[in-house]
Amino acid sequence: MSLLKPGHRGCAGCGDALAGKFVLDALGEDVIVVSPTGCLEVFTTPYPESAWGVPWIHSLFENAAAVASGIEAALKSLGRKNNTKIVAIGGDGATLDIGLQAISGAFERGHDFTYICVDNEAYMNTGIQRSGATPLYASTTTSPAGKISSGNPLYKKNMPAIIAAHGSPYVATASIAYAPDMKKKVKKAAEIKGPTYVHVHAPCSTGWKFDGSKTIEVGKLAVETALWPLYEMENGEITAVRKIRNRKPVEEYLKVQGRFKHLFTMAGENPQIKKIQEIADRNVKQFGLE
Amino acid sequence: MRKNMVVVEGSYAVAHAVKVCKPNVISAYPITPQTHIVEDLAQFHADGEMNCEYMNVESEFSAISALIGASAAGARTYSSTTSQGLALMHEALFNSSGMRLPIVMTVVNRALSAPINIWNDQQDSISQRDTGWIQLYAEDVQESADMTPQLYKLAEDEDVLLPAMSCMDGFILSHVYEPVILLEQSLTDEFLPSYDPEFVLDTRNPMSFGAFADPSTYTEFRYKQEKAMGVALKKIEEIAHEFKDIYGRYYGGLIDGYVLDDAEIVIMAMGSVIGTIKDTIDELRSEGESVGLLKVRSFRPFPKEAIRKALKNAKIVITLDKNISIGKNEGALCTEVKACLYNTDNRVPVIGFMLGHGGRDIPMQMIKKIINKAKLVEKGIFIESEYADLREDLA
Repeated sequence: MSLLKPGHRGCAGCGDALAGKFVLDALGEDVIVVSPTGCLEVFTTPYPESAWGVPWIHSLFENAAAVASGIEAALKSLGRKNNTKIVAIGGDGATLDIGLQAISGAFERGHDFTYICVDNEAYMNTGIQRSGATPLYASTTTSPAGKISSGNPLYKKNMPAIIAAHGSPYVATASIAYAPDMKKKVKKAAEIKGPTYVHVHAPCSTGWKFDGSKTIEVGKLAVETALWPLYEMENGEITAVRKIRNRKPVEEYLKVQGRFKHLFTMAGENPQIKKIQEIADRNVKQFGLE
Repeated sequence: MRKNMVVVEGSYAVAHAVKVCKPNVISAYPITPQTHIVEDLAQFHADGEMNCEYMNVESEFSAISALIGASAAGARTYSSTTSQGLALMHEALFNSSGMRLPIVMTVVNRALSAPINIWNDQQDSISQRDTGWIQLYAEDVQESADMTPQLYKLAEDEDVLLPAMSCMDGFILSHVYEPVILLEQSLTDEFLPSYDPEFVLDTRNPMSFGAFADPSTYTEFRYKQEKAMGVALKKIEEIAHEFKDIYGRYYGGLIDGYVLDDAEIVIMAMGSVIGTIKDTIDELRSEGESVGLLKVRSFRPFPKEAIRKALKNAKIVITLDKNISIGKNEGALCTEVKACLYNTDNRVPVIGFMLGHGGRDIPMQMIKKIINKAKLVEKGIFIESEYADLREDLA
């Protein structure tokens, strides 16, 4: 049985729950998990129950990387580090926004730990508010589409590049829709000494407004349209990319999600969709996806 | 005993006390006036005198957060901070106490901004009163140093398991050079057992820390913290006596009196001002005044019973506060002392004076002035609470 036990309170089709399960599948029992505040934390540990079959700690929203670095320091000092992996699993708000400073400090200090961002592109736990990871033109409850708004007006923050700039030996992107690839990257990240990072795209049926049975399909479309490029960086250099055969236009990804439905209500060519297509095209060029 | 004394800076004495307590993880972030403590610890570490992990973190928030992780993993942990740094930790102070992690931290007391001010008062730690941390206030450098192993022993007691602050006045204690006895390693090893917690993050025995508690369970977590504070109330006294047995020094447990028993006027205070009050009392006693001192050493847990008992014969109680609750025009000690007497028969007037804020000096003359003002109550003039040292030209 998985080390993330069934019976937790995740929504049907939850991408976060799959991410948590895949991380533990990849790393096994000898791991200590730190969760900042967020969906994964809340739905897995309604006291007195816990879904975690490994040691797990939640402290606050913005401090998971600092807590993880303290655990690493303690294990080293107590002579208990051995082969134990320390993994922080944080949402996009905890990672790109409120926890960024603590992450920067932990990566600079060079602790032997892995930070995994499970990115569902908004603050889902509090009700779908925009974060620094929300993509351009997604409608959220704090960046709603309206008569004079096309939704979130800002581009998604490039977190892997920020981590790479800290000199991390290993930075990778992954998707819950590509489980073997994700597990391989998580395992590799944890085995490499030093602070490593995996940024996992995790569709949220509740927040993105698609049917809970379509989580994997939606995740695959993000990769197949080149909106979520899968790559690995070692010591700042791209070392592997997942090539895309028969790349799909971004409409195919956008039209299956309620958060983008306002982009399909006007007649003729939509300038917003064109801009999103440009993001995908840039990704293809930057990472050599084709 | 005097032959063992050395003249060192207060911060050094405390850092040395931390060293002999053998913490496993220290986190450090610079802020005046606590910086010398973590600098001295860094030097001990750099010289190979400490077998610990020393973490230079990027903020006080990460300083306390790293200790939360380290403590949950079973480490004895230490940091020190002050003022803005302590305020930045606020959220994590509640969190570490709620998770019952026995972190020990020195708070070098300093005023809060705005206006920015680096000098001493106690607004910083008093503002963290309700976070679930034990708070003890030291009178002098020796007590600040000696408080460190006492607090580890207290915090790590399996019936307490609460984090603890050792509060020392900024500059007045942290930067003063005075003769102290540096804590002996052998005595400290005898006094302080090694830390062996029952609940730890360990892959051989998985546990979950920091779960989500809904209305059906939340209250009992708080109740148990309060119960642990009740245990601490007893243990503080016990541990102070155990310390005395081994090291030969005693400062009171929860409270301490100075020519208190027959005193008609009792001054209550916390921290370094105690020394000034004692000298003032010596002078006034020689002039025939019936004045005594009640030093409050433990502010959390608040020693209600001990204070009620100590104030039994008092005719006038004066509280001195290096803090203010803005909008109530009184300091925390004043409020707490009045509250703890209210449900008793003792209707002694409690007169609050705020002074020494932002590092303003407190000379003996000021203590005398306060006593004279308080005595006006005998003529029917009752001052409830006021600033004792306002500059009329600026006020």
